[in-house]
Amino acid sequence: MNAYVKACGETDFGTPQKVPEGTQSAGAGGLCMSGTPLRGQATAILEIDGVSVTVPAGTSLMRAAAEAGVMVPRLCATDSLEAFGSCRLCLVEIEGRRGFPASCTTPAEAGMKVRTQSPQLAKLRRNVMELYISDHPLDCLTCSANGNCELQTMAGVVGLRDVRYGMTGVNHFTDSVTDDSNPYFSFDPGKCIVCNRCVRACEEQQGTFALTISGRGFESRVAAGQSESFMNSECVSCGACVNVCPTATLMEKTVIDKGQAEHSVITTCAYCGVGCGFRAEMQGSDVVRMVPWKDGRANEGHACVKGRFAWGYATHPDRVTKPMIRAKITDPWCEVSWEEALRHTASEFRRIQAKHGRNSIGGIVSSRCTNEEGYLVQKLVRAAFGNNNVDTCARVCHSPTGYGLKQTLGESAGTQTFKSVEKSDVIVVIGANPSDGHPVFASRLKRRVREGAQLIVIDPREIDLVNSPHIKAAHHLKLKPGTNVAVLSAMAHVIVTEGLLDEDFIAERCEDKAFADWREFVVRPTNSPEALEGASGVPAAEVRGAARLYARAGNGAIYYGLGVTEHSQGSTAVIAIANLAMATGNVGREGVGVNPLRGQNNVQGSCDMGSFPHELPGYRHVSDTLTRELFERDWGVVIQPEPGLRIPNMLDAALDGSFLGLYCQGEDPAQSDPNTTHVTAALAAMECVVVQDLFLNETAKYAHVFLPGASFLEKDGTFTNAERRISRVRRVMTPLTGMADWEVTMALSKALGYEMHYAHPSEIMDEIGRLTPTFAGVNYEKLDAAGSLQWPCNDDAPEGTPTMHVGQFVRGKGRFLITQYVPTDEKITRRFPLLLTTGRVLSQYNVGAQTRRTANADFYGADLLEIHPHDAEERGIRDGDRVGVESRVGSTTLPVSITERVQPGVVYTTFHFPESGANVVTTDNSDWATNCPEYKVTAVQVSRLVGA
Amino acid sequence: MKLDNLIKMANQIGAFFEAMPDRAQAVKDVAKHLMNTWDPRMREQLLASLGTEEEGKLKPLVRDALATLGRSESGR
Ligand code: SF4
Ligand code: SF4
Ligand code: SF4
Ligand code: FES
Repeated sequence: MNAYVKACGETDFGTPQKVPEGTQSAGAGGLCMSGTPLRGQATAILEIDGVSVTVPAGTSLMRAAAEAGVMVPRLCATDSLEAFGSCRLCLVEIEGRRGFPASCTTPAEAGMKVRTQSPQLAKLRRNVMELYISDHPLDCLTCSANGNCELQTMAGVVGLRDVRYGMTGVNHFTDSVTDDSNPYFSFDPGKCIVCNRCVRACEEQQGTFALTISGRGFESRVAAGQSESFMNSECVSCGACVNVCPTATLMEKTVIDKGQAEHSVITTCAYCGVGCGFRAEMQGSDVVRMVPWKDGRANEGHACVKGRFAWGYATHPDRVTKPMIRAKITDPWCEVSWEEALRHTASEFRRIQAKHGRNSIGGIVSSRCTNEEGYLVQKLVRAAFGNNNVDTCARVCHSPTGYGLKQTLGESAGTQTFKSVEKSDVIVVIGANPSDGHPVFASRLKRRVREGAQLIVIDPREIDLVNSPHIKAAHHLKLKPGTNVAVLSAMAHVIVTEGLLDEDFIAERCEDKAFADWREFVVRPTNSPEALEGASGVPAAEVRGAARLYARAGNGAIYYGLGVTEHSQGSTAVIAIANLAMATGNVGREGVGVNPLRGQNNVQGSCDMGSFPHELPGYRHVSDTLTRELFERDWGVVIQPEPGLRIPNMLDAALDGSFLGLYCQGEDPAQSDPNTTHVTAALAAMECVVVQDLFLNETAKYAHVFLPGASFLEKDGTFTNAERRISRVRRVMTPLTGMADWEVTMALSKALGYEMHYAHPSEIMDEIGRLTPTFAGVNYEKLDAAGSLQWPCNDDAPEGTPTMHVGQFVRGKGRFLITQYVPTDEKITRRFPLLLTTGRVLSQYNVGAQTRRTANADFYGADLLEIHPHDAEERGIRDGDRVGVESRVGSTTLPVSITERVQPGVVYTTFHFPESGANVVTTDNSDWATNCPEYKVTAVQVSRLVGA
Repeated sequence: MKLDNLIKMANQIGAFFEAMPDRAQAVKDVAKHLMNTWDPRMREQLLASLGTEEEGKLKPLVRDALATLGRSESGR
């Protein structure tokens, strides 16, 4: 067993760690402009049970004791929450002071002498415990928390031997009714000790405020919402309350079913780009529960409903575990051995190449796959296929980020850690909906806003962050879809014309000429908020207010998502964001930066790994002779110097007959890519489509070979999240198919005559490090030691790089670029008068292949079309009606939800369910620089279905 | 591949660089973008439109950029 595979349980220090004074950010007003933290770390030296301990001033006595190796009994305190001081079990004695203060709420002071044990303390604690136990059902042997119950443990610790009050008096358990409404956890109020941990977790950690304590004194009880069931309340099923509950009151149903785990393995969530660390708690190779990992730096012990609970798809009966082939896509599938499937694939690919040329086949790798798998697929394409026709689904989400940030700042990646948001004074969220798409980051962001940071939301739709419990955006720029660049250029106009530039930063760190050109461009009257108001629909005063707030922030941070990138001007908008950050000096320290919120778990990684047709690993262009030679020497092949086809180009080329073979690992373009009719026609035109996946997805309908894939629970490898953080994914069960995905790629390569030699994914990472300067210091040993590493990680930065562009941009001088607003071709007309935009919900994930196969379907069982009451009324549409949605390329039907979240003229839907066919209507319009599809803007008509 | 689509994509690239103050540099940048991100078969097909009536659909900046690529078969 290594440190990441061990018996269950983590140390609980009782109260949170105190950050030494003076290392926190200054508030709005800008004392942090120097970029260096204020000095001075006040500490206190005190004595606990005779042991001397030094802690940051303000640390609780309970935590100080824990640091000294002394565990003070406690019930209401846990180190993920601020101390509350309600249970009175943690009392201590302090020399020279009267009484028995609670150690969880009493701060350590220099010179204190503290005793945690004395006959009097023991008596007091036993009395407290006795009261708790007198109102608790004593069914410990059959209780689901048995083996992991803090109440039981504390009763043992304080030496409770009898309960004088008997169990027959008034109590809370005799008639209690368990709330089983949530599919993943149950709430048995009979076991509740009203420690308030759950309420605080929901507030502090998650920020949802779904729980309260209703009633007073003996009557006080935990209540969800207005005493509703959990399912009907505001609860978003993050599981934070379950995680902190010291009893069996809030308990995972899987634990109730299976019992406590016997070992655990640290791994990484395979859903979104937050990349939360998890402890997979296991019984043998059976997952009992996934618990957010306290030491996971991306999540620090928090999770969302997907990572925490929606992992059951891994063993869903729909999993295909045997390879299958068929001659025609109309034939039934035929199960074959791995050898035969791979031999058949190789011979088909070689046949196609012999007839149509080397460039007639290619590969797509999903950004859900590990770095090592992605690296191998691009190697397979470059070395065994002999071309550069490799792409990743990052093409259809964040490719503009890669382009825009490389052009301006010099590196195709976000600039910060997630933790950095704790030091932000003004936070701008553009085209992202973190509470649904990146929930754990949203919780951190909301926490910072509750502490006083200001929030600016730029989004066509009223996302939750605009107005949610204890959160109110200072500005919501409710722009028309497709006008990001207009709004961002107008903000730049305000910053320049109102003298809000950080001139010193620009003079020192940016290219003069490029800045002068940009300045001349943005000051033009045509870029003023007033001039662009008509196009964007955002009142000029709002744009001015938001620009001033951001520019004067002190620490201003921008977070953005696919609402920025998935546009015909996606790359231009990313550039405009980088321009704003440079113009205001908001790059190169904590609390600031340009932060793409990556959709999938490994979007960053798949881009880093060279899964693009024009770039080798580490974003080095294929035309660069030196880089090519490096790989050629290592791989023993010749690499083509010309870029290959991107996903949309592959599809176009399929239709013109020059691209006929596709290896598709973990991707489902038939559902996820725009203009489904076009995609499926292209797939149908190919002669050999190979799909490697967990399930027979939509693309598999057009496949000739199906290679069963492995879930993240069956994988060894690494994911790189949106912070450039490389984290280990550890296998907790053997692949149901008998082969890991990287082994399949290797076997296919061998069948094609190019042998690769790896015994373990760690050897693939060693090769990546050997050939990629930004990864030179990354290997599994170091990852195990550090927990995770943020690239660049090499001799210059052996521990990795949490914040980028400190002191200097990666490209040397920052480069401003002109961002002319060019309206999209996708215009509204009388026939298509509404703009459709798309997004996703918390409980479902992208095409839903995984989440639809879990109880998350209970939360959101079908895609809905959101429409403004005005547009609905005009069309005679009522809430819940099924309506027709028609665009220039296709039509579908969807049930309607009437809401003022969307503005008049805009409709919105998700794309989680294949039957709703959201992508049947989206078009092949794409970003000018990268061909990232314009999912976010489609002109449509919505009409009531006759008879509906 | 559909020539119309290639022309549209090339014009979108042109629209970004058209805003740059130095036209000669913009021509180079459009050419470079096509060289760096387009598969040769796409470039060749677009190049073949020069001198045909399709050429008229190209933005002048794109046409000039293509002309610089046209000196070798696919530009490299
Ligand atoms: S439900 Fe659990 S965490 Fe919440 S108050 Fe009751 S015992 Fe404490
Ligand atoms: S699961 Fe999360 S959102 Fe729901 S009540 Fe618990 S902490 Fe709150
Ligand atoms: S926030 Fe993202 S990475 Fe974290 S648990 Fe949820 S889906 Fe997984
Ligand atoms: S742990 Fe300190 S009062 Fe409950």
